[in-house]
Amino acid sequence: MLLRYLLLAAVALVVVFPIYITVVNAFLNPGEIAHRPPYLWPRRFDFGAFGTAWSRGHLGRYLLNSLIVTTVIVAAQVATSVAAAYAFAFLRFPFRRTLFVVFLATMMIPFEITFFTNEQTIVHLGWYDSYLALTVPFLATGFGAFLVRQAFLSLPSALSDAASLDGAGHWRFATRVAIPLARPAIAALAVFSFFAAFNQYLWPLIVTKDERLRTVQIGLRYLRTSAVDQVNVTFAGTVLAILPLLVLLIVFQKQLVRGLTAGAVKG
Amino acid sequence: MSTTGASLAADAADTVTEQPPVRRRGRRGRARDALLGYALIAPALVVFGAFVFYPFARNLYLGMYRTPPFPGLPKRYAAFDQYERILRSPEFLGSIRTTVLFVLYTVPPGIFLGILMAVLAHQRLRGIAIFRTLFSSTLATSTAVASVIFFTLLNPQVGLLTHYLGRDGKPSLLQEPRWALIAVAAVTVWQNLGLSFILMSAGLGAVPDELLEAAEIDGAGFWRRFRHVVVPMLSPMIFFAAVVGSIQSFQAFGQIDLLTQGGPLRATNLLVYATYDAVFRQNNEGKAAVLSVALFVITLLLTLVQLKVLERRVTYER
Amino acid sequence: MSNTTVDPIPNHMTAQRPGAAVSLDRVTKRFDTADAVSALSLEIAEREFLVLLGPSGCGKSTALRLLAGLEYPDEGTIRIDGVDVTDLEAKARDIAMVFQNYALYPHMTVRRNIEFPLRNRRVPAKERKELVDRTVDALALTDLLDRKPAQLSGGQRQRVALARALVRRPAAFLMDEPLSNLDAKLRVQMRAELIALQRRLETTVVYVTHDQVEAMTMGERIAIMDHGVLQQVGTPTEVYGRPANAFVAGFVGSPPMNLLTAHVDRDGPGATVSLDGARVTLPVGLAELPAGDVLIGIRPEDAAIEPDAALRAEVTVVEELGHERQVVCRTPSAGSVVVRLATDGPVPRLGETVGIVAAPSALHLFDAASGDRIGP
Repeated sequence: MLLRYLLLAAVALVVVFPIYITVVNAFLNPGEIAHRPPYLWPRRFDFGAFGTAWSRGHLGRYLLNSLIVTTVIVAAQVATSVAAAYAFAFLRFPFRRTLFVVFLATMMIPFEITFFTNEQTIVHLGWYDSYLALTVPFLATGFGAFLVRQAFLSLPSALSDAASLDGAGHWRFATRVAIPLARPAIAALAVFSFFAAFNQYLWPLIVTKDERLRTVQIGLRYLRTSAVDQVNVTFAGTVLAILPLLVLLIVFQKQLVRGLTAGAVKG
Repeated sequence: MSTTGASLAADAADTVTEQPPVRRRGRRGRARDALLGYALIAPALVVFGAFVFYPFARNLYLGMYRTPPFPGLPKRYAAFDQYERILRSPEFLGSIRTTVLFVLYTVPPGIFLGILMAVLAHQRLRGIAIFRTLFSSTLATSTAVASVIFFTLLNPQVGLLTHYLGRDGKPSLLQEPRWALIAVAAVTVWQNLGLSFILMSAGLGAVPDELLEAAEIDGAGFWRRFRHVVVPMLSPMIFFAAVVGSIQSFQAFGQIDLLTQGGPLRATNLLVYATYDAVFRQNNEGKAAVLSVALFVITLLLTLVQLKVLERRVTYER
Repeated sequence: MSNTTVDPIPNHMTAQRPGAAVSLDRVTKRFDTADAVSALSLEIAEREFLVLLGPSGCGKSTALRLLAGLEYPDEGTIRIDGVDVTDLEAKARDIAMVFQNYALYPHMTVRRNIEFPLRNRRVPAKERKELVDRTVDALALTDLLDRKPAQLSGGQRQRVALARALVRRPAAFLMDEPLSNLDAKLRVQMRAELIALQRRLETTVVYVTHDQVEAMTMGERIAIMDHGVLQQVGTPTEVYGRPANAFVAGFVGSPPMNLLTAHVDRDGPGATVSLDGARVTLPVGLAELPAGDVLIGIRPEDAAIEPDAALRAEVTVVEELGHERQVVCRTPSAGSVVVRLATDGPVPRLGETVGIVAAPSALHLFDAASGDRIGP
């Protein structure tokens, strides 16, 4: 029994140590960080480095940008996915299957393949250095449409028949029956999208130069430093960048797991 | 008589008008459904068209044009010559080799550690929920966060890991051609531990407890159980994680940009970074396009393998 | 209530609304190229309880969905109270349906489920409450209003589904095997309740089932379908007593009618019908017989065992059911015969060869080729 706990604790230590030491170092001053042997716990709770990261490092602004961009992307992805999924699951129209395959095909063309041609499009549209550039390419997702469609299709078909006879049109059936019942899948999509959008790196890096448009992830790039007298600020900034997701992870773990494993279980 | 004829005609007219007007609401409803369907998928289709399919097609197109050495000169049509030239260049082959190595350094260890954590956390112990949360905690980190943390921990002067690895005063591991790729892979594995753990836990959750317990009762030791019960039962999930993980590693970019910039001596010049480098540093979009197409083919092959196996598994189960 | 709402639920407040007449006129529905329902013509009278009976895949459920407006026919006309509704959407037809699995909305409470059709039609809150209260009262659901479907027993779910259908007083009710998910005891009880309800509300019900006992006990008339084609419509007595063809004869009744192949011999001076060599006296003239073979139908209760009868058969199974005895006998070539006997007679021994008799007037005759009934 004790052995089991020791084993668990040892593994937990390896997993958590980098995050833990980041937090510790955020409270140490550069001299203390350089101290040998290293300090493994904070000597006092000095929030000075956090203040510096927030104000001089503009972490506040970056977090706000990330939040704006992420919120827009998540809301739009949920909306476009639910709309498309409803069409694919409950409506009949010519080329429905073909169009669904087109949606699935988008999953075969990841952004890492199209990033620089997309950057050229953004420049061409005059959207370089704008929130439009950061959001518009991500307003729809084939994966999301697929996920929600599966949830819609798993509803008993008698429910939509019953709703038709009960006098519900598409709008009422969608808003009162189908969407509420598909809520677990939609929540999974939302949380999954949030994490993906918040953590984006390559795209914001190449379509923004203006510091006022930087997201947290790009902000970290500029906070990263080899200058020894700044490392505590780097660590503090990193902690600030982790915090929002850490809170979300604890609150929405179930939804995130469902989103992450959706492809594996459903195929 | 004419009156009879007239009344007959009137009767006939009556029957015609008496018939309820032909209401085709149902059929028109179906046309309306079709319109609604198109309207609902249109927004997504527009986005896909502009930011998935168009840029993809443009990649294919750009790959056939030689980018001029100086901006302003006309592009030269090279058909597939450019594909051939670049795909045979030592730089590309080196990059592919590095990327494949990176996949090998990241995927199998990640899966192995994920299974180990999942098995450990799959016990009925008091407080196990805390360990589960701790095990999945790296889900809260992004590539950028993980990279910055380790970049600083590997700092040659103040880095804590530098000290523990006994390298005080020596250059950072990230600047050692022998170690850079392994270091970057280790950071990647660590960042994905949470994901790996979640996937393997989900897979393990689907294994009936009796199977694991039966093996325990049979007196099988931990490693025997791990190899002969856990791993086979998890194989669908392992397969999924391997494919998804490989695709992810083939697309790695952020950790290279933040940790090594492709160096030292191109030791970490992964495919996407090489593409980025080609277009934004060397201003050679033709080359970048070819590299992108190569990445697409790799992704496509991996996905097709996955679909093929999934398909077989589904038919087998039914 | 004034007629301000667009959707037709007239007469909300009239306590009773007599059921409508419903008719199908040569209605055909094809899936891919096969006919699911083929030229179906059926008149259902006002306030009638009509049962659509048939084996699974016979087209009865498709017929019901066509009536509901969940499918549209490829040919033919559907009318409700004489009005052509063929191309009307389901929600415009003023018809309610009870589904096999009830199709309750799992995320809504019982009250919300029952209110749903009224809310969709924008019935004002006060009126809605009255209608719900009255319906809930009638079905003894008052205590369950705040529960979700998952917290209800099968019988309770059934009643909620009924309430949801009843609450807007539709022109007709369609029921698709509504009792098949209940246990045997509850099913018998619900049959009686459904009939009582239908009589009380004076409504029209079209009821689909594959269970011929349910059909016989519930239907005022029964319409039997097979392979998308209507086989016979009639009261239970008619359908049982005078099946229109061999399919109906074999489908209705438990155990079903014995059907034995008999050969018509016209070669001799006087034509005879022989059943495994035994000469049979028929209730029809020879002139009415077809050229080929015929099927002779005998209800198990019409058959009897007589040691010396001409039709010989070997006893293969004897089942004691308490109130009666069922004996299965095998004839050499005409097929098996089930005989229902009273329990006070002698018990046939297994393997014993006995004779089987039936009164000529109790025999049913069918054309072996077409299956159609011959004679009265």
